[in-house]
Amino acid sequence: MSTATDTLHHDEHDEHHHHHIPKGIKRWLLTTNHKDIGTLYLWFSFIMFLTGGAMAMIIRAELFQPGLQIVDPNFFNQMTTVHGLIMVFGAVMPAFTGLANWLIPMMIGAPDMALPRMNNWSFWILPFAFLILLSSLFLEGGGPAFGWTFYAPLSTTYSSDSTALFVFSVHIMGISSIMGAINVIVTIWNMRAPGMTWMKMPMFVWTWLITAFLLIAVMPVLAGVVTMVLTDKYFGTSFFNAAGGGDPVMFQHIFWFFGHPEVYIMILPAFGIISHIIPTFARKPLFGYASMVYATASIALLSFIVWAHHMFTTGMPVAAEMFFMFATMLISVPTGVKVFNWVATMWRGSMTFEVPMLFAIAFVVLFTIGGLSGLMLAITPVDFQYHDTYFVVAHFHYVLVTGAIFSIMAAAYYWLPKWTGVMYDNTLAKWHFWASLVSVNVLFFPMHFVGLAGMPRRIPDYALQFADFNKWISIGGFAFGLSQLIFLALLIKACRKKGEPASAQVWEGAEGLEWEIPSPAPYHTFETPPIIK
Amino acid sequence: MMNQSTSSNQNNKLVVKLVVIVFGMFTFGFALVPLYDVFCDITGINGKTNETAIVYEATDIDRSRLVTIEFITKTTTGMPWAFKAKTKRIQVHPGELNQVEFYVKNPAFRDIVGQAIPSVSPGTAALYLNKTECFCFNNQPLLAGEDALMPMQFYVDPQIPEDVTYFTVQYTLYDVTAAAQKVAEAQAQASE
Repeated sequence: MSTATDTLHHDEHDEHHHHHIPKGIKRWLLTTNHKDIGTLYLWFSFIMFLTGGAMAMIIRAELFQPGLQIVDPNFFNQMTTVHGLIMVFGAVMPAFTGLANWLIPMMIGAPDMALPRMNNWSFWILPFAFLILLSSLFLEGGGPAFGWTFYAPLSTTYSSDSTALFVFSVHIMGISSIMGAINVIVTIWNMRAPGMTWMKMPMFVWTWLITAFLLIAVMPVLAGVVTMVLTDKYFGTSFFNAAGGGDPVMFQHIFWFFGHPEVYIMILPAFGIISHIIPTFARKPLFGYASMVYATASIALLSFIVWAHHMFTTGMPVAAEMFFMFATMLISVPTGVKVFNWVATMWRGSMTFEVPMLFAIAFVVLFTIGGLSGLMLAITPVDFQYHDTYFVVAHFHYVLVTGAIFSIMAAAYYWLPKWTGVMYDNTLAKWHFWASLVSVNVLFFPMHFVGLAGMPRRIPDYALQFADFNKWISIGGFAFGLSQLIFLALLIKACRKKGEPASAQVWEGAEGLEWEIPSPAPYHTFETPPIIK
Repeated sequence: MMNQSTSSNQNNKLVVKLVVIVFGMFTFGFALVPLYDVFCDITGINGKTNETAIVYEATDIDRSRLVTIEFITKTTTGMPWAFKAKTKRIQVHPGELNQVEFYVKNPAFRDIVGQAIPSVSPGTAALYLNKTECFCFNNQPLLAGEDALMPMQFYVDPQIPEDVTYFTVQYTLYDVTAAAQKVAEAQAQASE
């Protein structure tokens, strides 16, 4: 694809002219270095992943058996809500942002992000936001218990006093995402190395560019709707209050106008990652690069016109439901093109199955399963049966866990040697992969069945006929949670530089500017831009 | 060395454009609120009817067909009023002015202000229900123990499609005493 020429060895000379890398707390608090900020985002997201995961463990412990044994229903609802908020805004999005920070400058031959000081703030307001959110759980009345989708009037009329903290927390997370997205766009737009035209950009860069546009388009709408909830609850407005002339269904329209592009924000970078890993371990260029770019752009554009498929049961007229049904089905076409292209990349490739590749292949298969259940949900008349059941929970966990999360793990394994300079412990990695793969399917696949059988979602107790499936789901959940501790051990070991030293190339089939610099990547890279042929 | 001033200048210009998009989308989010109402007004999809009185113009009464209208009532949780439609079902000619009445009683020991919100089903019929006088246009206060008969005057627009022969009007009654009090206090302060 793209190759760099002679300027690279100058980097080592340049390093001697730079001050030493700062140490200690001040380094991490004040850093404007994209590698440091990427590391901060990634560790933050992993801690949040474990925190949100712990809440899921509480949920699954309660649902292990019918009856209410462990927590009271209001606390259960808080766990469900905060689990969702943390996973969406604290784990998946910051992880992708961390990857963006680490990789985009290196992949385009830039020395850093365009706005390094804003980058620092983009990260550091996040722990602050989550401190606010998590602290609300300890207040009298408890934390938010209205689901991560905070529909009105549950979030306005029937919520606890801590709702204001939830709102402010979301505002801060939103500002972080918007600043990050602006940074990504300006970096990619203006700082590509000479010769790197648009259609020579790596796929991860393309998918993040498109994701960043989605972010600046819809995060402000989330900010708006969450502010409306705040004013309805505390300042007497009637956006969603029918008595005052408002409409609760309008909440759903505005929220999902943000919400649907949001879920594509959470998967497009994953597509980019897979488009790097599969060609490397199949030792073949990505099949259909141009169509991959156009497909990603199509998915992003289409994501704006399908929001009401989350609202099929609200009483919309049939004509409107048909429009949203067909538009939603249409998104599966560019998505299918991408899946086909990944498979075609592997076709007649010279394949090896290192752990990043294992996660990538698992992604292709399992994300497709998630997509198929999504297609089922798109069909309006049958969605009347599936809506608000565990079938929906199965769908989004397949696309988010075996989709987004697996791609993040794949990315971590793939680029960890570049970041740390050592190969990760392959035994731990394989145990992590296989344990996660088996347990994640034991956890989420049966949810399709209980959902079809009629088990509603967001409930702390269920009818007896769902007991057996729930038992197995919970066992899968505990196993999946424990498996992530293997990953934690592996990450700590790699960060302490305990392992085989890695070369610059790391993987035989890897292509891209980041593989032409040493491992670990020097603190400052591409101070002089390479020239792309 | 790269020309620092032009590159950061280029960056700043792009940042400004992107920030404009951000604020534009924030405004768009709030603009969705009136847009939603406009959309509902034009299509009637939401079942919402006119919120201020429509003046009755003597239009040609279409005596060739009848439209059946049912009236149902509902009170929300915590609203103790009795609320009944005196006329549960009426058959009217499009264009003809009609009146129906609703009985309300406040059985509580405190004064309560109520607000009725109508909703028409199917939504497409909402556009054609023209109310010339309705208790739903205003807050309705009732003293403790008081009862009243509230009229609603309307005509069905003769433009109503041939295939709409039947629709239901539901009134939902809300307790807005607290909100009405705040408004009254604010007005009293403003006039001082």
